[in-house]
Amino acid sequence: MLLPSIVLLAVFVYGFIGRTAWVSLSNWGADPAQALALNPKLEFIGFENYRKLFTGIIDVRFRQDLVNTFFFTIFFLVGCLGLGLGLAILLDQKVRFEGLFRTIFLFPFALAFIVTGTVWRWMLQPRGGVNVLPELIGLPKLDLPWLSTRQQIWQFDWNHIPAFLAAAAALTLLILAIRGWREARKGRAAAQAVVGIGLGAWALVGGRDVALLPYQEMHGFNIAFIGIIIAAVWQMSGYTMALYLAGLRGVPEELHEAARVDGASEPQVYRHVILPLLGPITLSAMIILGHISLKIFDLIWAMAGADNATTDVPALLMYLRSFRANRFAEGAAIAMVLLVMVATVIVPYLRSSLKGEVRR
Amino acid sequence: MSADSLSVAGRGRSWGRGRGRWRWMVYLLLLLATVFYLLPVYLVLVTALKEPAAITLADSWRLPQTWNWGSFAIAWEAFSPKLRNSLVLTISATVLSALMGSMNGYILSKWRFPGANVVFPLMLFGMFIPYQAILIPLFQFLRDIGLYGDLSGLILAHVVYGLPITTLIFRNFYAEIPDEMLDAAKIDGAGFFGIYVRILFPLSISGFVVVIIWQFTQVWNEFLFAVTLTRQSTQPITVALANLAGGEAVNWNLPMAGSILAAIPTLLIYIVLGRYFIRGLLAGSVKG
Repeated sequence: MLLPSIVLLAVFVYGFIGRTAWVSLSNWGADPAQALALNPKLEFIGFENYRKLFTGIIDVRFRQDLVNTFFFTIFFLVGCLGLGLGLAILLDQKVRFEGLFRTIFLFPFALAFIVTGTVWRWMLQPRGGVNVLPELIGLPKLDLPWLSTRQQIWQFDWNHIPAFLAAAAALTLLILAIRGWREARKGRAAAQAVVGIGLGAWALVGGRDVALLPYQEMHGFNIAFIGIIIAAVWQMSGYTMALYLAGLRGVPEELHEAARVDGASEPQVYRHVILPLLGPITLSAMIILGHISLKIFDLIWAMAGADNATTDVPALLMYLRSFRANRFAEGAAIAMVLLVMVATVIVPYLRSSLKGEVRR
Repeated sequence: MSADSLSVAGRGRSWGRGRGRWRWMVYLLLLLATVFYLLPVYLVLVTALKEPAAITLADSWRLPQTWNWGSFAIAWEAFSPKLRNSLVLTISATVLSALMGSMNGYILSKWRFPGANVVFPLMLFGMFIPYQAILIPLFQFLRDIGLYGDLSGLILAHVVYGLPITTLIFRNFYAEIPDEMLDAAKIDGAGFFGIYVRILFPLSISGFVVVIIWQFTQVWNEFLFAVTLTRQSTQPITVALANLAGGEAVNWNLPMAGSILAAIPTLLIYIVLGRYFIRGLLAGSVKG
């Protein structure tokens, strides 16, 4: 009886991913006459679509989309984790009306991203909403452009991406090596350290000379995203609050009491006793929110419009390429890039999450 | 980690007991947070209740001079077919994926079979993938079998891609039921289905509530499948709302009234059955 589900998922998940992978290696949609044919003729063209995405002249929009996703993810995570943890700690102080506060902080999670987006688009109108809010308490009104700006900060050249990636990998490997060394897995740690140092050295020396493009191409953080980040945090921070609150309630009272008896002040108890215990929760929240943020689609559609190039992300571009422009092969390639990004986050998480409970 | 542990009374801590200043700080911060979460609600309500002509950017926070319920009537007229689509879609997809998930969970937790440790993670992966990665073949497939643009095509998609989470929640739920109860039924001669119908299903009520709430919320709020796989006549509410709000020169009272209509079903569930909602949410982070 499990079989129907297994077959369905095998076809609809893995079969379809395979099909998307094949489409991404084809030229489907390059010829408009073939694009919407019932049985389109697909020609194999190898990794040409991917090459165009990362180093082609026309696809500069996709590269900016990746950069947008990167910054969005960072701020979205920091916002949700920070606010969620803060609220959870506040609610853990034996406050009255705790249930009411909890309900208020979590309710946006029950809304559709489309609803949140519609509402926050109205909140962030440049001459109304949040900007005129200070006037209510007698302060001058704000003049923030929110979604309508095209300004970009923290710019860098796309040609430096390989060096950045190598440096990031080197750093991760070194951290792993140090941890492995402490846990007395010295052989592995040494190997990680060697590879890490090698990558780091390459990033510093050779990496700068890599030219993905024959010219400089600047990308950066589009500050129009600030409003979208605020809306996303408004919607999802209640979720991290609920996770953290469950975690805090799991800390035995005795532990807390013991630290207090030892003369620790309340903030110290949190810093040295309780927060370290919340590490695993932080990790799973980061992964769940991280994969949501890589896939973010409807919120941006509703807040900034599907065609707004400044606030575009790969998930949206995939839709536009495939179902508006009918360039299915290019859309498929974007989808595969997205899948690889999500899988890098999710697969290790699933493995470690399930490892401990196999025997059940 | 269960939802009930969220609401254990008297287990919280006081930040430096007896120090009034800290307690005031705590309440002040909580109040500020409350304002942050409720401001959009206030703005939506007052905008939806104003006369269209009275909506100006500069006065967007002011209470309406005359209360105008007409926007809801207009939004209802425009949206009621879409709300019906959403309702049909959500209920069918939720019930089907819950039933199948319950069966799967039963097998995965109570009937050991070779390869289960490989099958389960592979199933779970399906709930995390970006659906863009299957969207083109799904679109082709539905078109080939004649269900593109049809509500049943969308239902099919939601049932299939809902299976991983429903299976996960039920599997963790059934794992808590002691095997001895099943052994007793086996001795009485109950078979595979007998055990399910007589023992597990009657114990599953709260499991079903959690799963149904979760799926209902997810399917009702979903947008990517909805916008890709439907036509005008089969659009669910999310697509209709996005189209209305995305149009040019729109009066803001309508999108706001529409947002309220679109939000009411899931909000009601959240407010009435919040405990179960939180359980689904915690289960969504894989470890039950």
